[in-house]
Amino acid sequence: MVRNVEVAIIGGGPAGLAAALAAHKAGAKNVLILERDSFPGGILQQCIHNGFGLHYFGQELTGPEYAQRFIDEVEKIDSIEILLDTMALEVTPDRRITAVSPEHGLVQVQAGAVVLAMGCRERTRGALNIPGTRPAGVYTAGCAQRLVNMEGMMPGRRVVILGSGDIGLIMARRMVWEGAKVEMVCELMPYSSGLNRNIVQCLEDNGIPLHFNTTVVEVHGRERVEGVTIAQVDPATRKPKMETARYVECDTLLLSVGLIPENELTQGTGAAMDRVTSGAVVDAARQTTAEGIFACGNVLHVHDLVDNVSAEAQIAGQSAAKYAQGRLDKAETVDVTPCGAVRYVVPQRLVKGEGEAALYFRVGSAVKPARLTVKCGDAVLKTLKKPVMTPGEMEKVVIDLAKVDGDVTVCAEEG
Amino acid sequence: MKKEFVCISCPVGCRLTVWDDEGEVKVSGNTCRRGQIYGVQEFTAPMRTVTSSVPVEHGRQAMCSVKTAQPVPKERVQDVLRAIRALHVKAPVAVGDVLLEDAAGTGAQVVATRRVEDRRKYS
Ligand code: SF4
Repeated sequence: MVRNVEVAIIGGGPAGLAAALAAHKAGAKNVLILERDSFPGGILQQCIHNGFGLHYFGQELTGPEYAQRFIDEVEKIDSIEILLDTMALEVTPDRRITAVSPEHGLVQVQAGAVVLAMGCRERTRGALNIPGTRPAGVYTAGCAQRLVNMEGMMPGRRVVILGSGDIGLIMARRMVWEGAKVEMVCELMPYSSGLNRNIVQCLEDNGIPLHFNTTVVEVHGRERVEGVTIAQVDPATRKPKMETARYVECDTLLLSVGLIPENELTQGTGAAMDRVTSGAVVDAARQTTAEGIFACGNVLHVHDLVDNVSAEAQIAGQSAAKYAQGRLDKAETVDVTPCGAVRYVVPQRLVKGEGEAALYFRVGSAVKPARLTVKCGDAVLKTLKKPVMTPGEMEKVVIDLAKVDGDVTVCAEEG
Repeated sequence: MKKEFVCISCPVGCRLTVWDDEGEVKVSGNTCRRGQIYGVQEFTAPMRTVTSSVPVEHGRQAMCSVKTAQPVPKERVQDVLRAIRALHVKAPVAVGDVLLEDAAGTGAQVVATRRVEDRRKYS
């Protein structure tokens, strides 16, 4: 049996929940969320630290609290259904979804519009090719986070962390607070992509050293990790300087080395992909180049703040409802391209017309002080100055669409 | 005695120097007022919100996440964690349920930050 729904949403994390609510508010008669976990909320369930929601709710919440606000809303609305333990296997260009679940078996859905909200996954040891043995005790930081915070299990007692992204920093503190010893955090780059707040409150508060320009060059141990060899890298080439190698005893190595949008399903839709974000190419409505298929949240580009995910998912959910009801006009688009220090811009396309569009972007390296120029041909649409722009922080600039009559460039330079 | 901090109130991360000038706390290195406020707070009484998770008896999930409803003095964090570890929680739990009235004498409540239903209602 094929179920017909107006809007189908793949993923019941922060992006999927916010998109569902927005689709409902925009008039969708029924909304179906497919979620592979046993509970909604996605990654927020394991992010038990606080600091979420300052922008969206004007209040500091923990991850589970932030998620619960959306879950409570969704549960109040009868026309939004969540299928849990349900794994989507395929989305076709004509919006037919195939999914499986232990309870419902094979699930087939024909959707008026689809919102892709699958989130991202962590880069693993395999993606890094760290030499050495293959013992137990090497985890991604997020996996360890789930074990400690949700399953109540400790992955190890003596820990080295590779990568100083926010999850790595948060887990350094979490492991110490649960009685482990964290020997150090190693960072390949000369700077951390994590927030200052986390460097101060997770590392400095707990006396954990942070070594820049340093990486793990070998993992030791037969059954279980017994230690790692670390070495400094040449800041110019990022190659390890083996004369600086030293052995660090530990039973656990946590990896916090980047996130990859989980786009296997997107590929089946034929949507064009952005090689920098590893997500789909979208317009301001968050519609991909596959008609009626929208994307939002970390599957589109990796966000640092969930608040921005919620805001983006609202746009996608609302647009999906409009599309399903034939209210989203087809129109000619122009391209938005990054230049200077800007590494990527989302959306990558804009529809000419009225109103405003918010462009989200990230720089490739720190720019201090930073001057941003948004141009359409030779016409300057907007300029902006900031004391600093860093790769770890997503930036936003709002432009007036009425002035857009051709391709747009977004440029950041020092000055 | 002078102390150095990195201001965490925004991504610029100004390096602050804070000292006691005959009873008045002075801050230098800040670019804006938020840095001044942060510097004085960190110098005089650094506070932290503690978050953790605790096992739940017959919960649908194994663990319930918790936090201190108010920040606690930084030097009391370990005592608060010990008090949280001693907690014994039974399902059902709702977000905001007070699990401990006064965490280790800091006056801060420990509250649940996720909903955990009773497993026995579902089998
Ligand atoms: S002093 Fe002001 S500008 Fe500097 S880091 Fe703090 S909040 Fe940011």
